[in-house]
Amino acid sequence: MSDAYIVGVDMIKFGRFPEKTVPEIGSQAALLALDDCGLSVQDMEALYCGNLGQSSGMVGQRILQQIGQTGIPVVNCSNACATGATAFREAWTAVKAGLYDLVLAVGVEQMGKGLLGGAGGATGIPKEGLLGSGTMPAVFAEAGMEHSRKYGTTFEQFAKVSVKNHHHSTMNPKAMYQIETPLETVMNAEMISYPNTKLMCSVNVDGAAAAVIATESKARELGLMKRAVKVRASVLTSDPWQERDLVMPDVNTCTRKAAAAAYEMAGVGPEDINLVELHDCFATAEILHYENLGLCGDGEAGRLIDEGEVALGGRVPVNVSGGLLSKGHPLGATGIANIYEVSTHLRGEAGKRQVENARFGLTHVIGLGSACGIHVLEKVA
Amino acid sequence: MSDKPLPAVDFLKIPDDGEPYLEGHKCQPCGAIFLGARSVCSKCGARDQIEPMKLANLGSLYSYSIVHRSFPGIEVPYISAIVDLDDGASVKGNLINVDPDPDKIEFGMPIEVVYGDALGRKDRDGNSYLSYFFQPR
Ligand SMILES: [Zn+2]
Repeated sequence: MSDAYIVGVDMIKFGRFPEKTVPEIGSQAALLALDDCGLSVQDMEALYCGNLGQSSGMVGQRILQQIGQTGIPVVNCSNACATGATAFREAWTAVKAGLYDLVLAVGVEQMGKGLLGGAGGATGIPKEGLLGSGTMPAVFAEAGMEHSRKYGTTFEQFAKVSVKNHHHSTMNPKAMYQIETPLETVMNAEMISYPNTKLMCSVNVDGAAAAVIATESKARELGLMKRAVKVRASVLTSDPWQERDLVMPDVNTCTRKAAAAAYEMAGVGPEDINLVELHDCFATAEILHYENLGLCGDGEAGRLIDEGEVALGGRVPVNVSGGLLSKGHPLGATGIANIYEVSTHLRGEAGKRQVENARFGLTHVIGLGSACGIHVLEKVA
Repeated sequence: MSDKPLPAVDFLKIPDDGEPYLEGHKCQPCGAIFLGARSVCSKCGARDQIEPMKLANLGSLYSYSIVHRSFPGIEVPYISAIVDLDDGASVKGNLINVDPDPDKIEFGMPIEVVYGDALGRKDRDGNSYLSYFFQPR
């Protein structure tokens, strides 16, 4: 089996583009990724497209209708917030299987504003606010409070995650926001679902990201190894049975399972990872994933954020892009956007937010339902 | 229109004679408890060995969030709670009769399940509903 390499990767600046269509937004990212490696859509042998909002709308084909209808196979996929990572992984799988030498993966989403979550069934009466809350801020608050219960994690510690990620995004021109949010500002922002204030909830934005994946021989033939990023591991898990499954989505177990498999596949451990882009859909979630990804021992996540180990300049910077909290979270695009971020650091091209001497990076997304995608990437040149 | 309140969820049972209760479905081989009838166990895969059971009315608070913003028309704040019942089932619902203040809520606090009108909510046909709530005991 050939190794697979990212040779081209990019994202659009996240924002709100109501005047554009989903395929238009996706096409922009696809063209950027192709330009990043100097290839054309004519060179691509297959397209893997991730999108959630129009999952029955043949978004991949509509992208090709914009940028070049070459008749290649197109796979459209949706997998909640792991949609982009799943599209990327399908592309990687095909390259690893030897089916193709050059493939394109695109993740794209156009979002409305407002709360995400289940609004209840079509029959009977609405259950929201009667049988607890199905809104995402509440669901992830409950997951965070489970951590508080076990380890005494505080509101302030959760809030520090937002302070850090918003700070990081001031150095990322492609993030939705570039604003500092001091601790008091985060903690005093409108309370959405305790302990998540408004500044501790990811931003709903429109966005797209894309990657070109190549076999080693093709990357060499095209002279693209200099900026190539090696995919050392690609893992997808679903949620194994857990006792509170019916009332409390478990974002921990499928992440732990995916992390263990990813480290094994990559042949490296969490101590080798130089930066991480993880799924901070809410500030509470980021704390859980420090432990789930093995960045620290169980119960140590609070200390990690307190001591700045996960900030830029720390031992293992997390979400230097600004994360979903500040860069924004266009669901189907997120999994490829975080691959773009890590790749940019491994290439040494991240500018002011560059993690120095980065050799290994890890990306993580989790979609409730549930799907967890993890990729371990390695610097080549 | 029904002359009696309808159950807000399928696993809330309202007997003709007797008190309402929550119903679980327990896998006989592995003990997993589900809310709602099913034929195959998603924990162990056993088929056709899942039996209905009356769930405990007592339990303890496992986790929660205080919800300050919800969908339009939903009254806030309220406490969204995960409660572990004494028989091993976990149920989600509103925690009532306690201030929506983290200082007033303790993990593991003893809870009882109580039953009452579904906050005045009615369906399209005007039926009223009976729901369950958690309160400290
Ligand atoms: Zn079973």
